Parts: sequence; structure tokens; C-alpha cells
Amino acid sequence: MGPVPSAYASGVDVAALLVLLTEFAMLRAPQLRSQVRLYAFQSLVVVVLTAVTGAVRGHPDLYILAALSLLLKVVIVPAVMLHLLRELDVGQLHHPAGGGGGSMVLVAIAASLFGFFSLRSLGLHSKVLPTATLSVAVAIVLVAFVLVVLRSDVVSQAVGFFSLENGVSIVSMAIAAGLPVVVEVSFLFDLLVAAVAFALIMRAHHARAKTLSTEALDRLRG
Amino acid sequence: MQAVLIALFGLPLAAVVLSYFAPPKAAPPVSAAAGTASFALCLALVPAANAGTEHALGTFLRLDALSEVFLLATTFLYATTAIFASGYLHMSHGPASRRYSKRFWGGFNLFCAAMVAAPLMNGFAAVWVAVEVTTVVSALLVAIDGTDEATEASWKYVLIASLGLSLALFATVVMYYAGTSVFAGSYNLSFSKVLSGAAHFPPGAVRLAFVLAVLGYGTKMGLFPVHTWLPDAHSEAPTPVSALLSGALLAISFYAILRYFQVTEKTVGPGFPRAVMAGFGVASLLVAALYLLSQRDMKRLFAYSSIEHMGIIAVGTSFGAPVALFGVLLHVLAHGAAKGTAFFGAGSVVRKFGTKDMEAVRGGVSLLPWSGTMLVAAVLALSALPPFGIFRSEFLVVEGGLSSGGDAMAAVLVALVTVAFFGLSWSTTQTMLSAPPAAGQVGGRGPSAYEAPQAGGEGADQSPAPGELSNWTVVAMAAGLAALVLLGVHIPSDLTRLLRGAAGQILPGGAK
Repeated sequence: MGPVPSAYASGVDVAALLVLLTEFAMLRAPQLRSQVRLYAFQSLVVVVLTAVTGAVRGHPDLYILAALSLLLKVVIVPAVMLHLLRELDVGQLHHPAGGGGGSMVLVAIAASLFGFFSLRSLGLHSKVLPTATLSVAVAIVLVAFVLVVLRSDVVSQAVGFFSLENGVSIVSMAIAAGLPVVVEVSFLFDLLVAAVAFALIMRAHHARAKTLSTEALDRLRG
Repeated sequence: MQAVLIALFGLPLAAVVLSYFAPPKAAPPVSAAAGTASFALCLALVPAANAGTEHALGTFLRLDALSEVFLLATTFLYATTAIFASGYLHMSHGPASRRYSKRFWGGFNLFCAAMVAAPLMNGFAAVWVAVEVTTVVSALLVAIDGTDEATEASWKYVLIASLGLSLALFATVVMYYAGTSVFAGSYNLSFSKVLSGAAHFPPGAVRLAFVLAVLGYGTKMGLFPVHTWLPDAHSEAPTPVSALLSGALLAISFYAILRYFQVTEKTVGPGFPRAVMAGFGVASLLVAALYLLSQRDMKRLFAYSSIEHMGIIAVGTSFGAPVALFGVLLHVLAHGAAKGTAFFGAGSVVRKFGTKDMEAVRGGVSLLPWSGTMLVAAVLALSALPPFGIFRSEFLVVEGGLSSGGDAMAAVLVALVTVAFFGLSWSTTQTMLSAPPAAGQVGGRGPSAYEAPQAGGEGADQSPAPGELSNWTVVAMAAGLAALVLLGVHIPSDLTRLLRGAAGQILPGGAK
């Protein structure tokens, strides 16, 4: 690994910020369909970053990863989700969640600020470590959690999980570009398997509760 | 020994294919045979694990004393649970039942295959992949009964566990980054490689990786505050799946944490990882002990008992004394056997009475003379009474705590375990050792189609007839209890050596 060009380093930061902003858009998205499309866009950002990282850092095997990610995260997973939504014939959210979009965004801003600054206080100073990118990545992870916790429908929760995975992909590009591609591909494969399981259980939930809202999921407590 | 290692990895996978495509009648014996054979193979590997580290298929598979301990727990449960399930799931003929059988046995074997694979994997990334596979497969198995409750439990499980595992993935990436400052160029995350350079890793990054790993894998291990999926999934899953979740899966997640523990100890010293384990452990123990006091649902009761035992394991790890670590690893084995047996008993009771509500179940021992009695014994074992293995392991953990200067922590441990003892044994003995119900008193929340009470054919107002579900369910419980007594009374010398070797690997400077 040679010296990293600074234009590339800023590019990584921009990509990480784009992913974070997409998550905010997901929080606000009124329709489940648009949420899935936002996820596809977010994944596209990650794919472009993967390809560029491969070119700049001289890891040609990252092109394979980029191609597979494109296929899986930008095409297959969103297509499966959109197909599911069409099949269940629900494009709208059934319930406005978590006290309205505005306060949700405020919570998310607080979470991302916390993530951004908490990492600094860990004292992870190092010459090779892009601290800013890592801080944004931690913010991405926290906002993904906000998304899962505050949106009360199964589709948004699944999308929250997928975008959390995108956040981890950004981190791995920023700090672990040399991770063997076999490992990265098996991570991707696991994402696919998880997406299938999510879809199956969502469908079972819809079949029983006739809604995608999680409000019916309150039987088990204590 | 390499051939045995490969066979142990491949056999459960072969059972997946066989049990999915075989006729429904053949699936249970095939699975039981695969489980028993896996356990036998695992026993055959004990001398090799005692001798040192073994690799197979290049460096893809790896076996040492630490992974062998977890393999023993997993394959033992694989064998006993497959035998139990053969007697427990009575299949009628018809396409629906056929489909259920295919899905159940295929998924069951795949779940076990992934759990057997996890300790055999050589590296942080590969372990993560195996653990993620266990999540996906077991979530689908939790949902298999198709009730409202099962669907809710499986959604919570797959969502929370996947989020947790994303954090574990984050930990994997950070661990890789920590290594790049020592190793030039691209490297794989194999344990020997990472441990060889761990002393020179940047401490900040390793600390971050460890905390993320404890939070991430801790989600699957059932540590407070990320345990919330656990009682739901354990109580709503089909009983054989509950037994595997509790006895084997939680232990596998602990295994993943231990691998991070080894590296962190090398990089930043033992103080930090021990403090983290102590915090999570005590919190889990406290919450579980309090919930145990107020449970009415028998399977939820055992689920909270699992959280309690994982808390004991985490606290024991934090003591760091060799004798405490020996106790922790013995506890993994004994808890697996005890919790498996307890869930088998609970499943038999639920099937017999058609309800999980312990207020509605009376006279368990007189209606289920063998499994009822063994259920009471398993509960006493879980409450750490002699002569069972958990008595010995908890004793060693407390002894280790006192000898390493953790007096206050050891006292807290003993107090909370006592609270849990009351919660656990009071309600179960009430249920099992009381007089049988008069006619018209049985009933409760409707069980699923596949867990319908045996006597419920003519209506729920008839009290169930005495008698066991099947000989196989009794055999499985007896095997679990026999193992518990063996671990409590006399640990075979090979096993003692294995546990001592594995405990040595968790000590500072012991990991290679």
C-alpha cells in the first residue's frame, strides 16, 4: 500500500457523508418504496467507492467485490424488497412512526453528533487511520440504529439493518482495503442469505397480521 | 486426525442433504445417527486437541483445546436433541406434514452444521460467517410453527441478532485494521497470525474491536442489555430448537468473544477485557435473577436461566484465575447438558398439558413419571446442586474469584445465583411435584398444530392420561443427566487435561 492521495481520502469522506445523508432521507421517506430506492442509491455509493479504492490502492480484486456488490445490493436485494411490497400491495406507511419525522431527525442528529465526537475521545490517533471517515462511519451505524428503533414497520427495520451493513462496508474500504476478497465476498453472501430470511419472515408476518407495521408484535413480554 | 476433523465438518452437511431429500420417515433416524456420529468423532478428537493445534484442508479448519471444548458441547446437544426430536415430533401423513418435516430436519441439521463449523473455523472472519449462518437458519426454525407468537419472536430474533452481528462485523474489520500496522500487505485473519503480532497492535483499535465484539456476539450470547430477543425465541421455537439455541448457540457466541479476549489480553493486558466481561456479566446475572422470580411460562423460565448462566460465565471469565477459567469451560459443558435436558422435559410437559403456563400445569411427575422426574433433576442441576456438573463448575468459579482477589464480585455472584435458585426451583417443583389436576382444569393458550396435546383430541376439558411421549424423549433426557452426573462426580482425566489446556489458552500469555 503506497501513500494515499489526498483527493482519494476526501473522496472517501464524501462517500461516507453521502451514505449518512441517505440514512436521514430514509428517516423522512414517507413511502416504503422510496426507502428501498434510497437503499439502492446508498449501495451504489458504496459500490463506486469500492471500485475507486481498487483503482487507487492497487487492489484489482476489489473490482470483483464491486461487481458482486452492484449485483446484490443495488439490484437483487432492492428488487426482492420492491417485489415483496408490490405483492403485498402496500406502498404507504400504515402509521406515522415515533412522534413524527421532525423529532426523529433531531434524535438522529444527536446520535450522529455523539458518534462523531465519541470516537475522537477514544484517542485512536494514527498516521494511517482516517479518523474523520471512521467518525462518520460510527455516526452511520448509530443513525441506522435510530432508524430501526424509531420506524415501526418491518420494511424500514430491514432497510435499517441493510444500511448498517453499508456503513460497515465504508469502514472496511477506509481502513481495511486489503481484507482478502474471499472474506468480503462471504460477507456479501451472508447478507444475501439474511435478506432472504428477512423477506420470508416479513411475508409470514404480513400473512398473519395483514400489515407491515410492528404494532401487532406486542404479544411477547416479560 | 485430519481425516476425523474433515469428517466432523462434513458429516452434518451431508445430513442436511440426506434429511431434506429423504422420505419423512427416514429423516429422524438419519439426523440422530449424524448427531451421534458427530459426537463420537468429536470425542475421538480429544487426544489430538490435547496434543496441540491441528489443521486440515490447508489451514481452513483448525482445532485446539479451546475449540474442542465448545465442539464437545455442541455435538453432544446435536446428538441428544436429534434423538429427542425423533420421539417428540410425531408426523402424520399428508403433504403439509411432509413439508414441515423436510423443512424442520433440513434446517435442524444445517443449524447444527453451522454450529459445529464455527469452532472449527480458522480466523475471525470465518467464525463471523459461521455465526451469521446460525442466526439465519435458526430464525427460520423459530418461525416454523407459523403461529403469531412464533412469527413475532423470529422477527425480533433475526432483526436484533443481525444488528448485533453487524457490530461484530465492524469488530472484525477493526481487528484487521489493527493488524495492518504490524503485517505488511494483505493478510488473512487466522488466529495464529493475529495472535503472533497481537503484542504490537495499536491498543486503541484493539480496545474498540473488543468492545464491539462483546456487544455484537454478546447479542447472540444473551448478555444484558442486548438479550431481549432471547426469551421470546427460546419460548416460541419448537422445543428441540430451543434446546439447541440455549445449550449450544449461546456457547458458540461466547467462543467468538473468547477469541477476541485472547488478542485483547495480549495487546492491552488482562485488566481491560476482564472489566468489560465483569460489567456485562453482573448486569445479565442481576436482570435474569429478577425475571426468574416472576415467570409463569416454563420455557421463558429456562430462557432467563440461560441469561443467568451466561452471566456466570462472563463473570467467571473476568476473574482470570486458572481455576475460575477451568470452571467457566466446565460450565459451558454442564450448562449445555442441563439446559438441553430441562428443555426436553419442558417440551414433554407442554405437549402433555397443552400449555406453557406453569399455573395451569399440576402433577407433572405423576403424569410423566420418567421425564417429569428427570426434569426436576435437571432444574436442581441448573440451580447448582450436587452431584451435578454445574455445582462443581460454579464452585470452581467462586473459588477462582476468591483466590484472585475478586471477593466482592464472588459474593455478588453467590447472592444472585441464590435468588435465581429460588425463582427456578420454586415454580418448577410446584408444577411437577403437586397432585395431578382434576378433570376440566387443563387448558391455556392454544398450542400450535404441531404441539397439540396428546389427550386433546376429544376436547381440552379432559385431563391428560399418564404416560411418556416416547421412549426416545426419555433416552435423550437420561443421556443429558448421565453427562451431568459424570461431570459432577468424576471428570475423565482426558477431559480434565483438555479443560486445563483450554483454560491456559485464555490466560495472559497462554494463547498461541
